Amino acid sequence: MKADILQVRNLRVYYQTSLGPLKAVDGVTLSLKPRERFGLVGESGSGKSTLALALMRLTKPPGYIEGGQVLLDGLDLIKASENEIRKVRLAQIALVPQGAMSSLNPVMRIKDQIIDGIRDHLKKMPGSALEERMHELLAKVELKPEMANMFPHELSGGMKQRVCLAIAISLSPKVIIADEPTSALDVVVQKQVMLTLGQVQESLGVSILLVGHDMGLMAQFVERIGVLYAGKLAEVGPVREVFKEPLHPYTQLLIACPPSLEEKGQFKGIPGLPPLLLNLPSGCVFHPRCPQTTSRCSVKIPSLKEVYPGRWVACHLYTEVKR
Amino acid sequence: MTVLLEARNVTKVFSSGGFFKRKKTVALENVSLSIKESSPSITGVVGETGSGKTTLARLLLGFIAPTEGKVLYKGGDLQRMSRDERLEFQREVQVIFQDPFEVYNPFYKVDHVLTTPVAKFHLARSKTQARKLIEHALEAIGLQPEETLGRYPHQLSGGQRQRIMVARASLLKPRIILADEPVSMVDASLRATILENLRKLNQKFGISLLYITHDLTTAYQISDNIIVLYQGSVVEVGDIELVIKNPQHPYTQLLVASIPVPDPDQKWGQDSTPVLVSKTSAKVNWGCKFVDRCPFGMPICGKDPPPLFQTDGYRAVRCYLYKDASVIAGNAIGKDVGPKR
Repeated sequence: MKADILQVRNLRVYYQTSLGPLKAVDGVTLSLKPRERFGLVGESGSGKSTLALALMRLTKPPGYIEGGQVLLDGLDLIKASENEIRKVRLAQIALVPQGAMSSLNPVMRIKDQIIDGIRDHLKKMPGSALEERMHELLAKVELKPEMANMFPHELSGGMKQRVCLAIAISLSPKVIIADEPTSALDVVVQKQVMLTLGQVQESLGVSILLVGHDMGLMAQFVERIGVLYAGKLAEVGPVREVFKEPLHPYTQLLIACPPSLEEKGQFKGIPGLPPLLLNLPSGCVFHPRCPQTTSRCSVKIPSLKEVYPGRWVACHLYTEVKR
Repeated sequence: MTVLLEARNVTKVFSSGGFFKRKKTVALENVSLSIKESSPSITGVVGETGSGKTTLARLLLGFIAPTEGKVLYKGGDLQRMSRDERLEFQREVQVIFQDPFEVYNPFYKVDHVLTTPVAKFHLARSKTQARKLIEHALEAIGLQPEETLGRYPHQLSGGQRQRIMVARASLLKPRIILADEPVSMVDASLRATILENLRKLNQKFGISLLYITHDLTTAYQISDNIIVLYQGSVVEVGDIELVIKNPQHPYTQLLVASIPVPDPDQKWGQDSTPVLVSKTSAKVNWGCKFVDRCPFGMPICGKDPPPLFQTDGYRAVRCYLYKDASVIAGNAIGKDVGPKR
């Protein structure tokens, strides 16, 4: 077993508010193996995107990283100097942003936007080599060479998302963070973009952290999945096992939630609302909505523990595996 | 059987650009549908971005006039209504928009969107009566009036705001509600509650619903019949069970196959459909609009646009694969084809 490429240890990202710190990411620990596809799911406001940005140290005020470590191949990105992190971003850890529509510069040609990042990192690369690399990248994400000279408004949403993907892989990073890369696309295009992302991942051998809320997409794409609730991980495990036998009551509800084409009937929602992060419930953050709550849940915060090999869950219903 | 709302061979062409170089975009082409007065139903309208879903909604609401064809409410043309007729139409046909953030004025309390229609349509004689009416509408969809009224939009979650819009629509006791992507911006856990609310409005109060979405799964869950749009044309229409369980048009088949199934053991197949080259490269096409992506393309597909073939009693498909079936006239949708019940 190879060493983990990305390790996140007890990461805490807070937002400064007039009512005190808002704990958007509160002690998340996870790791990515080389070539692994890891999925991170959660409702809106669960801290998914905050976590994704913090991994690249792109947190902006009023947000700030309160503590913890993000180790990318041994280098702590939280402690790294501004100069060091500039060299790492895109070259080793790249982001595919949520809204491809709005993340491209509307007045720059596609080719210039792709080359921009490469040129910044490889200052000595001659123009002809840059051009060549750019065309290679377009081919990798299945875009036609003539699109190099187009402007973003001439492309459809799926194609813009492919351009973002080309930029993300332009320096063959070790880790790609994809923050809801297809949430603005319809199903047919979504499938095509995800298949391309999968091919690129395999050919480059990068690890992918896919952030999203679509359980269907997760089931189709990732190998391991982490469920985020109110800034904390509720459950982590191999995707097949988590879908077959979800352990945490929240995961159970989340998996029962999406309507399917199989059965028609009652809609199942999760009762209650996600908690306000400024005023978290005591004990387990999920206990006010949990159908299996016990007296202990409102008192003690459950820690994330391994209950079966490879399956981690933060819930009082389970006891730690004995080794 | 009287028809409430009807679109009769509606075409909408948008033109843009300068005086000499006008560019024409056909947003909707020869679309017909009707919502009947008896048997209130839920009709799903699905299609990808740019397929004309929202244009259809805006036409049905009378916001824009069709280039060709007519939109009729209770037999009267929407574009030629008298003041009283228009008022009646505005009360009886309600809409729920996609974005629960933009429909609110941030400077007003959320009560504003509820009290305005009550005042405009004189639904209550006194303030206490109006308050009661509003509270009743909120309770009917499972919101606590004391938790929602008197607050500003930013103090409520997206799901709550969208449910207030459902309450507002139901407040007016409409005959028809048009819901344009009502749940695409709320979380999966709240999505279910809102769809349940909509279904209740249909079943309990007999309100017909037009559910516009790009999400086939929710459309399947809630609708009785479905209209699949592709680049402004109806490609398949009919009973929801037939269309989803046994799609006949190659595009509908592609749509159904693209849904990510929440089961890791049931993987997506590899995709053989070509990626759409560029949205600007879509050339003038005399035949079927789907021909350049269709795996079953035949010579005839590139020449003549296919008509709607009635493949069985409750479904019609715009595809030459079914050319042995009888052709139905465009305006018969909703009369000959529809849900079984």
